[in-house]
Formats: sequence, C-alpha cells, structure tokens
Amino acid sequence: MSERAAKVTPTDDEQTDEQITDSAAPDAATEPDSAAETESETTPEPVTTGAEAVVRALETAGVEYAFGVQGGAIMPVYDVLYDSDIRHVTMAHEQGAAHAADAYGIVSGEPGVCLATSGPGATNLVTGIADADMDSDPMLALTGQVPTEFVGNDAFQETDTTGVTTPITKDNTFASDADHVGSNVTEAFALAREGRPGPTLVDLPKDVTNGETDREPDEPKTPDTYHVQERADSEIVAAAAERIENANRPVMLLGGGVIKGEASEACREFAIEHEIPVITTMPGLGAFPEDHDLSLEMAGMHGTGYANMAITHCDTLIGIGTRFDDRLTGGIETFAPDAEVIHVDIDPAEISKNIYADYPLVGDAETVVEQLAEAVDESPEVKKWRAQCQQWKSDYSMAYEAPEDAPVQPEFVVEALDEATSDRAIVTTGVGQHQMWAAQYWTYTEPRTWVSSHGLGTMGYGLPAAIGARLAADDDQEVVCVDGDGSFLMTLQGLSVAVRENLDITVAVLNNEYIGMVRQWQDAFFEGRHAASDYNWMPEFDKLAEAFGACGFRIDDYDDVADTIEEALAYDGPSVIDVHIDPDANVYPMVPSGGDNGQFALTEDQL
Amino acid sequence: MKRGLEGPAPEERPTPAGRRNKQGIRIDPEVEATHEPRRTVISALVAHEPGVLSDVSGLFSRRQFNIESLTVGPTEDDDRARITIVVEEPDPGIDQVEKQLRKLVPVISVRELEPDAMRRELALVKVDAEDPASVSAVADMYDATAVDSSPETATFEITGSRQKIEAAVDTFSQFGIREVSRTGLTAMARGTDQTAGADLTAQPANEAKYGDNTQPADDD
Repeated sequence: MSERAAKVTPTDDEQTDEQITDSAAPDAATEPDSAAETESETTPEPVTTGAEAVVRALETAGVEYAFGVQGGAIMPVYDVLYDSDIRHVTMAHEQGAAHAADAYGIVSGEPGVCLATSGPGATNLVTGIADADMDSDPMLALTGQVPTEFVGNDAFQETDTTGVTTPITKDNTFASDADHVGSNVTEAFALAREGRPGPTLVDLPKDVTNGETDREPDEPKTPDTYHVQERADSEIVAAAAERIENANRPVMLLGGGVIKGEASEACREFAIEHEIPVITTMPGLGAFPEDHDLSLEMAGMHGTGYANMAITHCDTLIGIGTRFDDRLTGGIETFAPDAEVIHVDIDPAEISKNIYADYPLVGDAETVVEQLAEAVDESPEVKKWRAQCQQWKSDYSMAYEAPEDAPVQPEFVVEALDEATSDRAIVTTGVGQHQMWAAQYWTYTEPRTWVSSHGLGTMGYGLPAAIGARLAADDDQEVVCVDGDGSFLMTLQGLSVAVRENLDITVAVLNNEYIGMVRQWQDAFFEGRHAASDYNWMPEFDKLAEAFGACGFRIDDYDDVADTIEEALAYDGPSVIDVHIDPDANVYPMVPSGGDNGQFALTEDQL
Repeated sequence: MKRGLEGPAPEERPTPAGRRNKQGIRIDPEVEATHEPRRTVISALVAHEPGVLSDVSGLFSRRQFNIESLTVGPTEDDDRARITIVVEEPDPGIDQVEKQLRKLVPVISVRELEPDAMRRELALVKVDAEDPASVSAVADMYDATAVDSSPETATFEITGSRQKIEAAVDTFSQFGIREVSRTGLTAMARGTDQTAGADLTAQPANEAKYGDNTQPADDD
C-alpha cells in the first residue's frame, strides 16, 4: 500500500527522521534534538508541527493504542508516533486496522484509533468505517492525504477521502491548517464518543502535518452545534410508566445502545423488580444475563422461537437502544402488531423511523431507564404472561441433535468453547452461520463480551476484531474468535500481527467448506443450486497457522473437541483450531427475509 | 439424522389480531391507512463551512428522500448559511427528513415551515422577441423585469410563487422559449415567527404524533 518512499525504514535515531519525509517543511529541523531528549514526565515539549499536534491530540484524549499501516502521506504522523507512549500496532491490512479499532472501541467504550495513508490506505479502511457506522461503535480514523496544493489534481495516491466517507461517518473533517489540526483531532475524538457513538475521520494533508505550529490541541469537546438530550420528557415518561403498570404482556427489548450507554445494570434491576421478560437484539447480547429466568435471549431472523413468540404477542414493548433493524423486525406489518411501543433512544432520528413509537423517550439509556424506574409505582400483573413465556421456552427449545456417528455439530463446539472459558470471555465472530451459532449457543452474561459485525455483516471481521478486543480486554478475559472458513480466509493475514504481538487469542474456525449461510439459502430458495458457495478448495488452516508462527489444531471428531479446545486455550499466544463440522448443518429457527417473526421455521420444509 | 429443531409448526401457533402499516404504525386491520405524500418546505440553519451542502444533498440521496428543490445562501450572520428544501414525503418521511438533517453535525437547527410562510422563487426566461409589444404585455402581466434584450431575444426576470412562475413560463411559451433558468424556492416564516433559529433548546426532540396531512400543500 505504501509508496516507495514509505519503505525506507528509519534505522538510526530520531535525528535522521526528517530525511525520510520527502516534502518536510525545512523549519521542522530547527529543533533537532527536542524529541530525542528523554521524556520529561510533567510538562511535555511544546508542539512544533501539525503532526506533533495530531499525536499530542491523541495523548490528550487518553489514547493508549492505535492500529494502522504506514504509507507516504501519513509518514509525518508516524514519525511523531515513533516517540510517543501510544502503542501502535502495525496491521497487515488497513481493513484489519479499522476492525481492530472498532473492536477496541466496543470492548473499552473509548474510541478505537486507526491510521492509514491516503488513497488505497484510506479506501481500505472504508469497510471497517462503514461497519462501525452501522453498529454505532466509537472509532477515530486518521488518514494521510496528498499535500493541499495537489488535492484535486489526481495526484499519486489521492482519493477524496472525506467525500468517500461522508455517508459512513458520524462526521469527518479535512484538516486545512497546522494551527487547527490538533483540535480537529480532539473534536473528532469527542464526537466519536459522545451521544450516539460512531466513527469520525480526520483527513490529514501532508503539508498540514509537516506545517509549523505552536498551537496545542484543545481538550476533546464536541462542537457547539452538537446537542445531546440526556433526560427524556417527564410527561412522556409518566405516560409510559402508566402503560407499563397496566401492561398484561410486557417485554423489554435491549439493543446495543444499552451496552454503549452503560445501562445494563439499570435494565437488569428494572426487569427483575417488575418481572418483565427480556429479549435482546444481536448487538444487545450480554446486556442481560441469558442464564436468568427472565431471559428469552435473542429475537429476530435467527432468534429463539420463544423470543420471537413473545415479541409477536406482547402488548407493551419497551425497546431500549435499538433501531428496529429489519433482521430483528422481519416484516414490519407483523412486528409486535398488538404492542404499544415505548422507545428509548439517544438518537431522535431512530424514534419512529421503522416502528412507530407510542411513547418516544429521547435520552441516555441509563438515565431514562432510571427515570422510568422512578415513575413506575406498581409492577404489572404478569403471572399468566410469564407462564406463557416459560411454556414457549419448553415448546421451542433450542436443543439440537448430535448423534455420535454423525459429523461434529457446530452448536456442540460453541457450547464446548463457552464451557471451557470464563463468564467474562470475549467472543468475536465473522459473518454467516458460525456467527449465528455463536450468538445462539453461547450464554452471554456480561456486557462488552460479544463483538461482532451486525448491521454491515462484514465477513472477515472476526480475527482483526479479536486483535483489538485482546488489547482492550483485561488479562483474565479469554478472547475467542468463532469464525467461519469463508470469513477467516478474508482477513487471515492478521495472524501475522497476532504472532508478532504474541496476542493470546483462540480462533475456532467452524469449517464446513461452504460459504454456509449462502448454501443454506440456496437449499431453501434456489433449488439447492450451490452457485459459488462451495468452498472445498480451502487450505488446511491448522498448517497455515503454523506457517504464520501460531499454534495450529484440528478437530474431526467429537472425541477431540474438549481436549483440543483446552489445549488451544492454554496456549499462550495465538492459536487456530480448524474444526471440521457437519457441512450440511443449518441455522434454525429462521424467519425468512421480510417474514412474520411468529412464523419462524424450525426445519427447512417450514420455509 | 433429522435436521432442525422441535416445536409446533407455524400453522399450529396462535397469531395476533393486529397489524402495522408499512410505516410501522399500528392500524385497524380492517382499514388501509397509510400517510399520503405532501409537499412542504423545510428550512435549515447551518454552519457556513465547506462540505455542508454535500452533506445535506448526500443525505437526501442515500435515504431516498423525495426532494424537489434545494437552495443555499448566506444569512445575516457570516458564519451561518440557510438551506431551504422542498420535499414531497408522507408525514413519517418529513419527520425523518427533519431528524436526519438535525443529526448532521454542522446543522444548527431545522424546521418545517407553516403553510402560510413566505415562499419565493426566481426565474430567468429568454424568449424570441419577434413581437416585442406582445412579449412586453405578457411581461407586465407577471411583473416580469426585462434584464436583457437583443434583436432576436428578450430575457425577463420573474419572481414569485412557484405557480406564478409556472404560469408565466406557460404564457411566454407562445413566443417561443429559448431557455429557462430557475433558482428553486427560498422561504421565510411570517411576522415574529422564527424560520430556523440558532436557539438549540427549542429543538423538538420528541415529536412523534403526525399531524393531519390535509394542510394546503402549496405556495402563497
């Protein structure tokens, strides 16, 4: 990705750094030894260039890690990062840098930072930025840009990065001068984090980062035009509370916003106090303990039968931090058709976007749930409804068949991984069948332990996400990437990074030699014609892992499952288990696209 | 082996009585109730900085909002610009347009103007001037001002409501129209009513009740 100049590696100390920046401002060399001096703990050296202001901005924001790939136009920034305490993780591909930063943001709650050069560096970030945008993950992307005087001339490695990323960022900025670039970065950092989180981007032309300035960046703060409402309208809160008190069939639907808004505890208390059954969306996994009696787990296209029955038949739906995505709702006409909807969201634009909100509560999830908790005086009468939900739990059990003589069933592997790890273990995934099995058969009990690509559905997300998650997680949290063979193949160059950094992650590839979800749909809707979904040309992933310097394992039989998983988890470093599963295993229940949630299929002939 | 899960088949399950329309609103299952599109004017006060116009126009295309015209220009404050947009959408769509616009970071405030708001558009119309007397008579009828003339052509400026301009263009067409260039609509609230002000606290974040859509849909 880098232009030739970028391949010149600085071998000597900082004194020679200016020589490799091909369009360095001559004045940048006036204080040659300032950076080389040992760090003075108390007062950092004043900034002298735009690039120093950029790195100072990251330090001011408390950034500890950055993920990226070097290249021509971003070199001035990297040159300053070289001396910074910020730990930079060099990735093998910019897409991986974006996913790693995204996962870092999910697990830590603070914006993950990724860097790339101009042109292809920036466009390679695009998938990861779009992913973060769809899932409202806090992320800051910094991209190099050709010098301002070349912009618009189709210069080498020039792309209109702000133009390309406008529809997929919360906000983006083209840095126009060295004096403001530091504050551009702190502001973008604050915007990524505040209100509804999302990705922001600052495009950094090389003349701006090389330019002279003595302006320190401002503290991270959002611009004056940005307004977040924290508390919901008290009249609507009172009306919603009354509705809850009088509900006969209430459910709480917890989305990713509950986790991002740190509202899991408040929701937990509210649900338990009033005995309201709880459903989560896929991004909401972990917002409520799935081993609790009140949990009906996940609803939607591949949600549990009991969650989909409850959501279809409820009369009061308390949706918190969810955008009522089509994978959750199925057909709008049949979604919770008898329910009055209480919708809590920090983003007013989500209110009544897909599902009309009878009680729109705009505000911070935790604050509004506390408002509701205060306003609800008596619990609804739910005895009959809870009994009904329990009945559905047994009617539509997720129990699967796993005969000894059949090939290994994927659900069994997911459960074995769950059993072998702690409650706080973090799961990352790619996209497809394996992702759904990981969502269905792992029991999530803690927020920020499920790291996946929901809205964009990016295959290849799992491994780079595991890298970002590992660096954000506590040491005692295991990081397990449940991947598919198709997904893993898309970004497995990231193994080189995991090996270099000696990151303790375990990748379990549920290998069915198919791009399995497509194969499942082809069997159901395309007369079994497996167009381009047959992946029987896969490499041997255990051997490939060894070639990268990771530890490789392979599972073919049930007998190997428990022991191999234990060994792989025990390995201190990256390990890959190539799990050869039943190639014909399908994900159920299933609501076909746009279908009625209550009419989920339990077998293929019900589709 | 048997694939799939156990449980009552879809046809054995109870189904709820209710239904929603395509806009996600609960409806009486017996009645078809959808909101019909209506034309309205949305005014947005924005930071006067590069990229705002493309932010706004990009928003309209990627969310498939039906937009008839979009104009932008400076305001009394050098740091602010005003964007005036004519959209044709059902009530839920208009609600979304306002909320999505408000969400853009450089957008300061947004509101839908009342049906009685002042609305003006400007057009330049270049016609064949073989019969100057008749052309000038038509121009007088519409308060059109001559801005250019040549031995073969006359160009008029017409200001007013959309209907007035359309009527004028229609009437001029008898002489042979060479070119028409129109600005799109700009608008302002009447009296002390503020069009889209800088006061952020006045932003209604909660509106969810859609008004009836029988308001007069157009112009003066």
